[in-house]
Amino acid sequence: MRFIRRTDYEQDINLVQHKGHVLWYGLLLLLVFSAPLWLDRFLLGEFTYVFIYAIAGLGLMLLVGYTGLVSLGHAAFLAIGAYVHAFLLGHGWPFPLSMLFATGFSALVGALIAIPALRMTGIYLAVATLAFAVIVEQVLVHWEAVTGGFRGMAVPKPVLFGINFSDPTLFYFLSLLLLLVSLVLVMNILRSPSGRAMTAVRDSETSAESMGIHLAGTKTLAFALSAGFTGLAGALFAHRLTYLAPDAFTIVTSIQLLLMVVVGGLGSLHGVVFGALFVGLLPQIIAIARDSAPPVVAQIPGLEPAVFGLIMILFLIYEPLGIYGRWQKIRQFFEEFPLYRRATHRRQKTFLRTERLR
Amino acid sequence: MEIIQLLISGVSQGCVYGLIALGFVLIYKATEMVNFAQGDVMMLGAYVAITFTSIWGWPYYWAVPATLLVMAGVGILLERLLFRPMIGEPHFAVLMLTIGLGFVLRALAGAIWGSEPRALQMPYVGDVLRMGEVVVGYENLAIIAGTALLCLLMWLFFRFTTVGLAMQAASQNQLAAFYVGIPVKRIFMLVWALSAVIAAIAGILTAPVSLVDPLIGFVGIKAFAAAIVGGFGSMPGAILGGLLVGIVEQLAGLYLPPGFADMSAYVLLLVMLVIRPQGLFATMQKKKV
Repeated sequence: MRFIRRTDYEQDINLVQHKGHVLWYGLLLLLVFSAPLWLDRFLLGEFTYVFIYAIAGLGLMLLVGYTGLVSLGHAAFLAIGAYVHAFLLGHGWPFPLSMLFATGFSALVGALIAIPALRMTGIYLAVATLAFAVIVEQVLVHWEAVTGGFRGMAVPKPVLFGINFSDPTLFYFLSLLLLLVSLVLVMNILRSPSGRAMTAVRDSETSAESMGIHLAGTKTLAFALSAGFTGLAGALFAHRLTYLAPDAFTIVTSIQLLLMVVVGGLGSLHGVVFGALFVGLLPQIIAIARDSAPPVVAQIPGLEPAVFGLIMILFLIYEPLGIYGRWQKIRQFFEEFPLYRRATHRRQKTFLRTERLR
Repeated sequence: MEIIQLLISGVSQGCVYGLIALGFVLIYKATEMVNFAQGDVMMLGAYVAITFTSIWGWPYYWAVPATLLVMAGVGILLERLLFRPMIGEPHFAVLMLTIGLGFVLRALAGAIWGSEPRALQMPYVGDVLRMGEVVVGYENLAIIAGTALLCLLMWLFFRFTTVGLAMQAASQNQLAAFYVGIPVKRIFMLVWALSAVIAAIAGILTAPVSLVDPLIGFVGIKAFAAAIVGGFGSMPGAILGGLLVGIVEQLAGLYLPPGFADMSAYVLLLVMLVIRPQGLFATMQKKKV
């Protein structure tokens, strides 16, 4: 077991809590940066996909995991990021500027959506975001002059400083770098007063408000940041897809994003990465399992979403803290070896009293 | 005349939304859970009815009660397997669970009945009622009449029966209801059974109008918009919201460019949330410490 001695007021908000972190995360960095050397091209592409998902997941985690606002329509922001980026690239904007603008535009739309959303909580908000996502999807289908409708829209190649980044290895590094930058950004946001305010809003709006937190401002900020990160992921996603069509950004995509943060573990950044690994790699695993399954099972329509749904149900019933929560329990079991008690992690049940009058 | 014709088809479509919304509201009122899979339960109900009538060839007066019974069983099964462990968990977790359930049910239906659309044969299908220039299909009339009857029954049930009152009590305060001797868990089981039965009725009524395939459950999302427009947690609101969505959709289809009809329910929802977030029939109040 590790005992941390407090010697500094800043210690609790340091990004690096102790030397063990430096060692393990350093090793992890080494591993991901050397990956192109020992990983074959197909898997490299899959990991690029995981990184892109993780950036979107960071955005969603900020909203769902840290601010406690549920969004069922984050695919809309992914779509906005992707389409704006592709549109601007197509009109000759340089790559970094276009990506920045796509991110900023998503954030702006997120902030605009937050204005009606501020008056809602819980289920109302979830449905409003869902409605927004459906509207965006319809706009993508019908606004053919810009989006190309069902025919779709080709995404120009990413060229940065004269280097073509569509090469898998270079694109891998680009995604990895953007993920790392986003991670550090989110970590810094979370330890800043704004980030603390978000967590306070999540835990109790009433008490956050009575401590002087501006509810509307905090929620709008959370929404805008969340939409921004998802938009950034969308811009990268556009290059991965190379051809944009509305059917890449449906409700199922939104649910997948949500599944990522739930399965990974709500309220932890580790959870985002675990969740992205899970959601990014599961379709491949399902495809492989499908090949070896009997044809009766393999030909069921909608098998993949159903497997996703089933896993989500199992996680929600048996491990609501997600993969990261399970990992923490396993680690605690070994740290306290003979003394681990299951009841430490017993879930607290709350019995609801309605807020309804009639 | 065209406008009346349109209004009638809007009302009959709206009744279907209203019926699904009624299922949402019922579960929400009693258990504070939000069942996103309500539309898929409706799809399941329609398929069970098709199995009894078209595939096994039962007469419809046996098939309909049998369907309702089977679906009540499905409701109880879902409650026991999935939702009872979730009592006391946050709203959001239950919401996610039902979304997952929706995907599983869709694949299940696809595996059992295949993905090509099927039709439900009912004795009244095909006939039309002529009133002057307005022509109304009996299947549309059946939807409207069925909804009206069901609403009346529900009102009587919640107003006058002990079980109905117990459901209301459990919905207001689970713990207090338990203390005064209401078997809250059993009440929840009944609520789930009841909402599955309502979904099945919606399925049976709507199946002759629109063909049934595993994806019809997605109308549940529109019905959800209807429930919120009506003020989530209010039963008259659910029906009224459903009617409003149905009529607006028909009018948008006529007067606006293509694509707006599909969107109109959601635009209506967003507009409603901005102007009057508590819905037509407000049941919420601000939380106080």
